[in-house]
Amino acid sequence: MKYLRINDLKMLALAMVIFAVLQLLITGHIMSSFWQLNLIIIGINVIMSVSLNLINGYTGQFSLGHAGFMAVGAYVSIVLTTNFQVPFFFAILAGAIAAGILGFLIGIPTLRLRGDYLAIATLGMSEIIRICIMNIQYVGGAAGFKGIPHHTTFAWVFFFMLFTLFFIKNFVNSTDGRACLAIRENEIAAESMGINTTKYKIMAFTIGASFAGVAGALFGHAFYLVSPNSFTFMQSFNYLIMVVLGGLGSITGSIAGAFVVTFISAALASWPEFRMIIYALALILMMFYRPQGLFGYMEVTNTALFRKFLSKPAVKTATDNSEKGGSANG
Amino acid sequence: MDLLTQIVQQLINGISLGSIYALIALGYTMIYGIIKLINFAHGDIYMVGAYIGFFAITQAHLSIVPALLISLVTTGFLGMVVERLAYKPLRHAPRISVLITAIGVSFFLEYTSMYFVSPTPRTFPAVFGDVAVNIGDIVINGQQLLIFGITAVLMVVLTYIVQRTKLGKAMRAASYDTETAQLMGIDSDRIISFTFGIGSALAAVAGVLVGIYYNSIDPLMGIMPGMKAFVAAVLGGIGILPGAVLGGLILGIVEALVSGFISSTFRDAAAFAILIIVLLVKPTGLFGKNTKEKV
Repeated sequence: MKYLRINDLKMLALAMVIFAVLQLLITGHIMSSFWQLNLIIIGINVIMSVSLNLINGYTGQFSLGHAGFMAVGAYVSIVLTTNFQVPFFFAILAGAIAAGILGFLIGIPTLRLRGDYLAIATLGMSEIIRICIMNIQYVGGAAGFKGIPHHTTFAWVFFFMLFTLFFIKNFVNSTDGRACLAIRENEIAAESMGINTTKYKIMAFTIGASFAGVAGALFGHAFYLVSPNSFTFMQSFNYLIMVVLGGLGSITGSIAGAFVVTFISAALASWPEFRMIIYALALILMMFYRPQGLFGYMEVTNTALFRKFLSKPAVKTATDNSEKGGSANG
Repeated sequence: MDLLTQIVQQLINGISLGSIYALIALGYTMIYGIIKLINFAHGDIYMVGAYIGFFAITQAHLSIVPALLISLVTTGFLGMVVERLAYKPLRHAPRISVLITAIGVSFFLEYTSMYFVSPTPRTFPAVFGDVAVNIGDIVINGQQLLIFGITAVLMVVLTYIVQRTKLGKAMRAASYDTETAQLMGIDSDRIISFTFGIGSALAAVAGVLVGIYYNSIDPLMGIMPGMKAFVAAVLGGIGILPGAVLGGLILGIVEALVSGFISSTFRDAAAFAILIIVLLVKPTGLFGKNTKEKV
């Protein structure tokens, strides 16, 4: 698997170049503060859509409650930094762990459900989370939590985004990730091949939820006020749109989806009706003509341009694959 | 007011709210029974129905019954158009694609109506004076009587259509087994379209009734009732008509009790909690039968 590490390093180098350019634009005040904020939001949305893609796209479990986990991450980290002066990094970690634990607890009962039932159950769960937060006066109730320290900078978002992408990419390519893909393709067949479907579904759900917690923590510290209204199910739908447009089962697609949706939202901020009408038509037409999304299962790293840049897999890795009991092409 | 009257009063409020959920849930359950789709746009069809009723009363100065009929027919037709344009091309697509399309249709209806009628809530005209029936300390107002009456009439009509007419027989056959029904010479596309029509018409009536009951309508009013009606349909056993009615009533009563005795902010949470409990304890619903999944 040595070629993988080399490729990871090359991708990391590329990411650092992108980061350096963007950071230079920000510190040099070339980029307006409007676009700086949008850049942060894009980064957060990428984390959200990629982690949702792990659940919806790679594991095939249709979750509609991602904003609920984001809310948990946001509120836990905000309380820690504001009321207990915990360093930002540990607050993010705590937010991620809290969201992950909640995802695990919610996942155990709800993941027994399939398809549309699961969608409504997760949506209901996230609404219950939001309503509970609204009724806790300690965190400001419905009015929201005020006076949050402004910790989130572009660098924080970028590196957490990079970590998310790296983690989820490697998870999908791991044995566990392959099990998740098998569940997506055919749950009954996967089960009869000896895959513990419940375990992998809960695993994917928990990982997705904890990354949503990370995104929530970053989101919470990007503004001075966070209210439960930022985490309604409409927000979950928003992330769903990103994932579906980009491609259920493609990390590149999720990134592209997050970019496109955030840009459209920013550009059409004054005409919210039009924005939603465009999304609605895009969703419907996409399901008619390209149900797999813009990128489908394709990754940008598999294109000819990137293949030249990245090392090819060595022949001996074929044995690695067969040892795992499943071939990548199957 | 002692506790008992308070409970009875909340029960009456709950039943009137529940009747509305029942009307919406009937459409959900019929559509789900026949094409196994959660029609996310159903709540928005109900919203469109409310607006058509609103304009019929305020612009055309109609009284409540003709307004209801106009809303019923137009919205029923809209339901058929939605089915024809958005769902029919995806008849053989994976269920997730159809679900996403339904979400898209829902957004489309919400925001195109928002564009045409502006996002600000409209005050529904008072079509009923201050008619109220007092039984001791318990008050049943005119709107609630209207809701009970119209819901009862519609239930009777629906039961007649489904149980006694040829079309209803075809609907039942198609929802039992679409392919076999087709082999027996039933035009399933026509039946599906008809089911959407009936379901949407019922939702439209619910929309107008809600407008009368709460005096206020807005383009996003359909989202929450739509989802709660789904909860009601699941509670009663999805695909089963009496189940949807019972589920709607139970949900309405629970919500009224929760908002009356605990806090109105927990209303929505109660509905979703019911859904999750039902799905965990008896996923087939109160009236549902267990079916084994075949590979």
